[in-house]
Amino acid sequence: MSDDPVQTNDEPSLFTQVVRNDAFKVAVLLAGIWLLFYALSAFLEYPTYGVVATIRRVTFLSAVYAIAVLALNIQWGYTGLFNIGVAGFMAVGAYTTVILSADPGGVPPGFGLPLPIGVLGGILAAVVIGLVAALPALRLDADYLAIVTVAFSEIIRLTLNSPVLIDITGGASGFDNLPTSPVQSILLTDPGSIISEPTALGSFVFGLGEPLDLTRIVMINIVYTLGVLVVLLLVYLVLERAGKSPFGRVLKAIREDEVAAQSLGKNTQSFKVRAFALGCGLMGLAGILWYAMGPRASVVPANFRPELTFYIFIALILGGAGSNTGSIIGGAVFASLLYEAPPLLSDVAVKLLADYNVALPSAPDNVVVTLSTGDPLAVVAFLLANIDTLRFMFMGALLVLLVQYKPDGILGDRTETAAAVPLSDDSRPTNANAGGETDE
Amino acid sequence: MSNADDSNIPEPDEELDAEPESRDSPTEEAAKTTPKSLPLRVNNLRKEFGGITAVDGATFAVEERSLTGLIGPNGAGKSTTFNCITGVHEPTSGTVHFRDEEITGESPHKIAQRGLVRTFQLARELEEMTVLENMMLAPGGQSGESATRSVLPGLRSTVVEEEEAVRERAWETLEFFEIDHLAQELAGNLSGGQRKLLELARALMTDPDVMLLDEPFAGVNPTLEEKLLDRIHELRETEGLTFLLVEHDMDLIMENCEHVIVMHQGRVLDEGPPEQITENEEVIEAYLGGTV
Repeated sequence: MSDDPVQTNDEPSLFTQVVRNDAFKVAVLLAGIWLLFYALSAFLEYPTYGVVATIRRVTFLSAVYAIAVLALNIQWGYTGLFNIGVAGFMAVGAYTTVILSADPGGVPPGFGLPLPIGVLGGILAAVVIGLVAALPALRLDADYLAIVTVAFSEIIRLTLNSPVLIDITGGASGFDNLPTSPVQSILLTDPGSIISEPTALGSFVFGLGEPLDLTRIVMINIVYTLGVLVVLLLVYLVLERAGKSPFGRVLKAIREDEVAAQSLGKNTQSFKVRAFALGCGLMGLAGILWYAMGPRASVVPANFRPELTFYIFIALILGGAGSNTGSIIGGAVFASLLYEAPPLLSDVAVKLLADYNVALPSAPDNVVVTLSTGDPLAVVAFLLANIDTLRFMFMGALLVLLVQYKPDGILGDRTETAAAVPLSDDSRPTNANAGGETDE
Repeated sequence: MSNADDSNIPEPDEELDAEPESRDSPTEEAAKTTPKSLPLRVNNLRKEFGGITAVDGATFAVEERSLTGLIGPNGAGKSTTFNCITGVHEPTSGTVHFRDEEITGESPHKIAQRGLVRTFQLARELEEMTVLENMMLAPGGQSGESATRSVLPGLRSTVVEEEEAVRERAWETLEFFEIDHLAQELAGNLSGGQRKLLELARALMTDPDVMLLDEPFAGVNPTLEEKLLDRIHELRETEGLTFLLVEHDMDLIMENCEHVIVMHQGRVLDEGPPEQITENEEVIEAYLGGTV
């Protein structure tokens, strides 16, 4: 019948296009986070290097969280594979890398392989362990995969923690003999010594920090964080392409209805294995960048407790499962606003009270004592002193609210097109305006 | 999709094995070679769930380019038969042959890749995906289903070219079923009838050879039903497709199918042209309730 019965597609204005752009959203978010932490740390009268280090730390945490969340998104967000062993796969990545690349002469000894090989080995090990865990469970229902992965992740952590393996893993005190930071290898002539002569690039980079009195360590950490941001961008691009393709389409179909996908000739088992392996490899990478080197380098079993997995889940739900951009936003919001901001805010509150000459009593030991004092200031002091614990309660409450009122997350209500080409109405072949009318 | 195009519109010539007394020995009947080729043959199929025998030695065959109806009262084992043919269930015993190859117990995706594609009684659309995405999922052999090909810069251009072709076909098929105006809609937002259309259209995107339709007209209004039937007949003629459909509407079966298989209590009670079926006392008793 008629050609165009319903919609008149207005071209969105340039402004809307820019605002809708994902890069713009992430940039605005990052700028907002930086501004917030600048304001907080400036208010607390941190010295310049302290302000810079705070912003750097938040950026680093946002980036590593984002990588881990992206990895979980390909498994859970896209394919519906409920992996609650994220921390375990991160541990496998971090431990394998340090064991492969650590100095053979140190304690515990490593293999002394070049760091890139160590990183590659760490990623591969995470993939292999992931497949060992998942291959039997992927054949079964989602619940079994969840049980197997969470059990595996705990088995991994407890094994690494075990005194039996102390000569290999360092046991509960962790693997101390960390390989040299890659940034130090680039910027210093003697990577092992922070005070050694800088390389040409090193003197340039350190020179950049001089006007602000930034130390070499601060500069090294900044360079490392920038490196992590580059890796994050690469991971994002890889997953965007993987998602916007026939591959991603099958993953989404598996999440929606595996039987339907099978009845259309898709070998869903193979797709699930591939998606799971990809995710585990990236979790390994996140673990490596986060803990095996860089400013937070510490390969200790306690880093890989199950709550790490849950943080990453909260971040993914926050951003919107199924969306890669949402994963980055979720990771950044979680790491900065939920994780890093509360302690600073607590300091700000203390300072504000002090500025108004309100003297806080010393914080009571527990809730009962606090309430029995009947002093509102004691309650405030108690809350501020326990902000680290309180933020977990806050996270739990937030998770409940999110699932109840915004289950799709910040970016979740939009649909990510699973195709390598645009699917808008403009994509309709031009010769075909034939059948317009229909049933209702 | 490699069948001969010379045999034109099917004629009602399948009476040759449809003598009334043949109903007692369907096994031999299917086994004996007939002039028309039989892309799908089911022999002595049994499926037990615990103590219940859902399918109890069903034997039948579907002729090339036919529109064969599978009828029977509720619980007769029609859907279970479908599930056994398409690999969703593994039959307890018996065989399924597709194009003279045994496919008994093969996994569903392999059977679908062979060109034996089904739809479901309750349409299984992928709710959180758009209609167009649903359509583009279906075609087999998409090189972009390899993650590496989709990601690596040098290889992705081929994927994009393929995608353009798939997208064009998806649009054409949507137009054929007159649901192209819904292309951007999430499949979960479609009405029941539209879902049925989408499911059929999507199954068609796999380039099937034989299609098994499980109650494709349930919940579809009469106008739409008419359209759907037109499409099915058109596909038989132009694409040489074969259809086996489960249906409860006897008038529809009588008017459109040249061959009808009646199941009752897991067995094939009778099969043959519609006129013959309606004269069978057993069938009337079991299913038609003596009304026809």
